[in-house]
Amino acid sequence: MSSQDFEFVANSENAMETKDINVWFGDRQVLANVNLEFPTNTVTALIGPSGCGKSTFIRTLNRMHELIPGAKLAGHVMLDNEDIYAAHVDPVDVRLKVGMVFQKPNPFPSMSIGDNVLAGLKLAKRKVDDAEFILEDSLRKAGLWEEVKDRLKTSAGSLSGGQQQRLCIARSLVLKPQILLMDEPCSALDPGSTRRIEETIKELRETVTIVIVTHNMQQALRVSDYTAFFLSEDGRPGHVVENGLTHDIFHKPQDERTDDYVHGRFG
Amino acid sequence: MSNLLSDTPTQPWKTVDPQYRIQQLGTHLGTPVLALLFTVITPMAGFTGFCVTWLAFHILSAALLAKYGKKQKSLANAFLEVFVGATIFVFVTFVATVLWPVISNGLVGITHLNLLFEDAGKVGADEPLSKGGLGHAIVGTIIMVGIATLISVPIGILAALYVTEVRGKLTPLVRFFVQAMSGVPSIVAGLFIYSALIVSGILQYSGFAGALALSILMLPTVARTAEEILRLIPDDLRTAALALGGTQWRTVRMVVLPAAKSGLITSAILGVARVAGETAPLLLTAFGNNVLNVNPFSESMSALPSYVFTQMLLGGDNDMARAWFATFVLLTTITILFTSARIVADRMKRN
Repeated sequence: MSSQDFEFVANSENAMETKDINVWFGDRQVLANVNLEFPTNTVTALIGPSGCGKSTFIRTLNRMHELIPGAKLAGHVMLDNEDIYAAHVDPVDVRLKVGMVFQKPNPFPSMSIGDNVLAGLKLAKRKVDDAEFILEDSLRKAGLWEEVKDRLKTSAGSLSGGQQQRLCIARSLVLKPQILLMDEPCSALDPGSTRRIEETIKELRETVTIVIVTHNMQQALRVSDYTAFFLSEDGRPGHVVENGLTHDIFHKPQDERTDDYVHGRFG
Repeated sequence: MSNLLSDTPTQPWKTVDPQYRIQQLGTHLGTPVLALLFTVITPMAGFTGFCVTWLAFHILSAALLAKYGKKQKSLANAFLEVFVGATIFVFVTFVATVLWPVISNGLVGITHLNLLFEDAGKVGADEPLSKGGLGHAIVGTIIMVGIATLISVPIGILAALYVTEVRGKLTPLVRFFVQAMSGVPSIVAGLFIYSALIVSGILQYSGFAGALALSILMLPTVARTAEEILRLIPDDLRTAALALGGTQWRTVRMVVLPAAKSGLITSAILGVARVAGETAPLLLTAFGNNVLNVNPFSESMSALPSYVFTQMLLGGDNDMARAWFATFVLLTTITILFTSARIVADRMKRN
């Protein structure tokens, strides 16, 4: 099925929907038929053991997947009633609407803290009149303003790991994305920084739809509205075993494997 | 222990027993004396003999010191220390034997400031150093190396960007050509420009022709080092920039190149150092000149290496002195270039 004859009517209450996402690296299939919906202004957690394809999946949502050599894909990702994989869509436009925060904080080392936050504007060649307001606003939303307001001109490398990660969040907020993808944003951070970021996520939910990959079940429970459980069994490609309201997934899972996983019996 | 609650910072691992220091000093001073005696009384002779016996004695004493000395060490460690020390000694000796004659002979000319600022237009063979100079060669080198830098640094960095960032289909081909070019003997680069541009009448003997020949030699050095540098830039940064909606070009311009800046400057400096001392390609393209010529597009041009070459052919004492002085100037210029590049790079790294 090509994207032209694809007649899938997206639910307008969803910020994003995926339809039969299949992913290969070379000849090896790593994801099979992932169908998920991300309702507007909610937080969806993707959980599952290592190697089940969560990170691969999240990268298909803003077309970062295709940067990996040998990557292949079938399926559709609907954003604003349009398949982001349609032939005429520029990946650059998709990434402006769908921001991303990575597992490892990756601020630009050659730029100051302030320049880092505003880097997206320059990269996207966006002209703004109120750069200073945007700078402060984004840093406030990421919960970093108070800590860095007096040293915006110093190098981003001088920040701690947790601060760097919040800087990366602020950086991606500058472009006002509709959706923010977070790929294990707290896995390299201490509990204090993790808590700060979780608070940030809760505040951001008012305006942004968030998809977060996490290995931390407690974190999924704390921050997310919906949860999708990914699994890749016996070398078969990863797929979604169960998804739904976070409360349901954790307290009355339908599938035995979900029950085992969320209660720490494997993974 | 006089002070149990010690609050003065020390480095206990660096404290050396004075007795051990004396033993060490004995080794360092005693073994060359022993070796010298040895070369006098035994058939072992000359500098080589001295070096060999010195090394042998040094190893022996290091071993004894390690076993019975004040500070016990493993034998293997003691041996290795001596070997590494000996290697460095040999290396420094090589460099010093090259540098020493250049400095000692070159300093003779330093009192004659006219050497730096005047040209050799009215200087006959073997005239005293107070007449004329090599200013024309200094200017020629600056102009030709400058033009070569302007040509090959952008091309070299673009080639490196193609290989590391674009990763297009021609990547293996570009790599192959860069590698093949770095093996080109410098005279061939000169011959190429000579036959392609000068014989065919497109260019005359000129500084520009010389600069073209130099850029052929400079390009592979710049391209290869720039590629190594760009490879060191973590992929995280590219991913971050792309995820922020940067196009590939803007990602390269705003994130990759700034992060690689100091390294890329180093690659350009290495390219300059590679060609600043080239003589052969310039003889066929810039030809050489006795007078100052600042126009790279007409008339032949001199450069420091070709000046050294022609002065040496003249053979008189004063001519040789001029040649040494020119060598000294060339060496000093390159040293200054390297040092300033280092300082620039360090400063950028700190910011």
